[in-house]
Amino acid sequence: MDIHEYQAKEILARFGVPVPRGGLAYSPEQAGYRARELGGSAWVVKAQIHSGGRGAAGGVRLCRSEDEVREFASTLFGRQLVTRQTDANGKGVYRVWVEGASDIAQELYLGFVLDRTSERIMIVASAHGGMEIEDLAATDPASLKRMTIDPAVGLSEFQARELAFALGLKAGQVAQMVTILRACYRAYRDLDATMVEINPLVITGAGDLVALDAKMSFDTNALFRRPEIHELRDRSQEDPRESTAGDYGLAYVGLDGDIGCIINGAGLAMATMDMIKLAGGEPANFLDIGGGASPERVVRAFRTVLADRNVSVILVNIFAGINRCDWVAEGVVQAYREVGLTLPVVVRLAGTNVEEGKRILEGSGLPLITADTLAEAADKAVAARAKLAA
Amino acid sequence: MAILITDRTPVIVQGISGRIGQFHAADMIRYGTNVVGGVTPGKGGSQVLERPVFNTVREAVAATGAEASLVFVPPPFAADAIMEAADAGIRTAVCVTDGIPSQDMMKVKRFLRRYPEDRKMRLVGPNCAGVISPGQGFLGIMPPHIYMAGRVGIVGRSGTLGYEAASQMKALGIGVSTSVGIGGDPINGSSFKDILALFQADPDTDAVMMIGEIGGPQEAEAAAWVQDHMTKPVVAYIAGLSAPKGRKMGHAGAIISAFGESAQEKVEILSAAGITVAPNPSAMGETMARVLSLRAAA
Repeated sequence: MDIHEYQAKEILARFGVPVPRGGLAYSPEQAGYRARELGGSAWVVKAQIHSGGRGAAGGVRLCRSEDEVREFASTLFGRQLVTRQTDANGKGVYRVWVEGASDIAQELYLGFVLDRTSERIMIVASAHGGMEIEDLAATDPASLKRMTIDPAVGLSEFQARELAFALGLKAGQVAQMVTILRACYRAYRDLDATMVEINPLVITGAGDLVALDAKMSFDTNALFRRPEIHELRDRSQEDPRESTAGDYGLAYVGLDGDIGCIINGAGLAMATMDMIKLAGGEPANFLDIGGGASPERVVRAFRTVLADRNVSVILVNIFAGINRCDWVAEGVVQAYREVGLTLPVVVRLAGTNVEEGKRILEGSGLPLITADTLAEAADKAVAARAKLAA
Repeated sequence: MAILITDRTPVIVQGISGRIGQFHAADMIRYGTNVVGGVTPGKGGSQVLERPVFNTVREAVAATGAEASLVFVPPPFAADAIMEAADAGIRTAVCVTDGIPSQDMMKVKRFLRRYPEDRKMRLVGPNCAGVISPGQGFLGIMPPHIYMAGRVGIVGRSGTLGYEAASQMKALGIGVSTSVGIGGDPINGSSFKDILALFQADPDTDAVMMIGEIGGPQEAEAAAWVQDHMTKPVVAYIAGLSAPKGRKMGHAGAIISAFGESAQEKVEILSAAGITVAPNPSAMGETMARVLSLRAAA
């Protein structure tokens, strides 16, 4: 789960990371008021969306008067900001962060991630920050310093010191860096984060370290014990189809094609999408209905897939283990009737109670296209689509 | 022989009193698995499925000699249950639970390292379908009837894709020695490499079907291990050729976030290591059949 920059800064500040003073605004007027409140003669106005690359997309600007702050903010509110990390729809701007401009002498990169090789939290840092980590890794890999943290001991001071010196920091800044590194680690560990990123971490003209931008993501599996983090969820930043599907226990990811997929199991869902592609089609979505799916859940899956207007064919592929083919078949029949389906539906059932499932489909009298294997199902879905187009 | 479970392995179920635990324990018993008891804290002294229930894993091991445990404990308590099994002397634990926090698994992996090699527990999962040695027994939630006994091992992240592979092979008359689901989480107990090593050492396994997916470094690590240590043929399939970068595809671990984690890159790495990669998910069975017949002819 992602949160906004200003929320990440508030959290990290609580753990001891220095951040610039700033204020949140829900309207252009409020943005202007925030600037006056903060004082000074220059402010940075930043669109708050769950995406990086905001600067290049026109979501961040240095303003030199209250009027300019208000004017720029008024261009942001309600706008769909498209960055290189979002899809073509972009993400809606409903909150704007105004902070005092900082005097920047140097930009560093600092990230904490879960390293799947060592199965530990890893720090990635570079003396050359400001650009995206992917670009940094591509253009300047030698500048990246990495360090893993033993979960039983935590981040030791000597480790933090070693990293600070490796980044070429001066003696007076090393102590500040050690504080920042340990604060980020504690925030990561104590709040079940999956990522903490400060980019850039700047050294000001006066030689102080300040987190100019901040990003945090959290482990959704741990939200049950982090209610204060769960509260920060902002549904305006999510794909509404994906969040609605999630509310019903369906894992859904929208894609660009037109063959809607309803499948059980993440691996089989990905494999079915691959098979559709190999057969010459394009999947409209990833959808895993999960284990023990009731007919109601299958109907919900149909509604979710059909909410995508691009869908022209639906492919249901179930290999039942804890699922039951008869329940899935009942769900398909029920969906057909309740939703008033007119699209071709290809159904492939295998595993637990497969014979009963097939009987239900045949007995329904509905124009369902059935298949016995994965390859046959994909071929028939692509053929049904071609027939529609003809 | 098979690996991890045979018809003699004494098994307990942690969470046997719950609805789901009981349902699957009954299935395991019906299949012939040697289920000797269960553990539910606070329910010690009762009986479920005519098996004794204990308060702690330590009591269960002392009373029944259990060597394997199936962990059916909800996510907030699962890590603790796994560590309890390790400390009580269980040799193999399979955890089906989906939704364990990553940092809990980090702690579990660190905890397991405290035991010397000869009494270290092997963990399979979490978020997996389990382990089955067809005709002998199983620890998990798979539909056992789709598996035919034979001499090919299966190891994969996904449960249902493992079923798909087993049924394609069965249709071609190829049976399974043991099928192992290692689970879809970013941090798991056993990696592909760990299970491949067990199959390499198993006299009843002739070849292995390895089913990977996008995300994480384990397929590449396995490829390097196969190249250096494995004499038995390995056939692989990697799911997610059409998955977009940076999106989580159902499994917590199925996300392309670094170099080398896409399906295309993994296919290249596996092929370079001499592993035969099935061109598509419906060709897993026939690719294995082809590799086995080449082997027989040689």
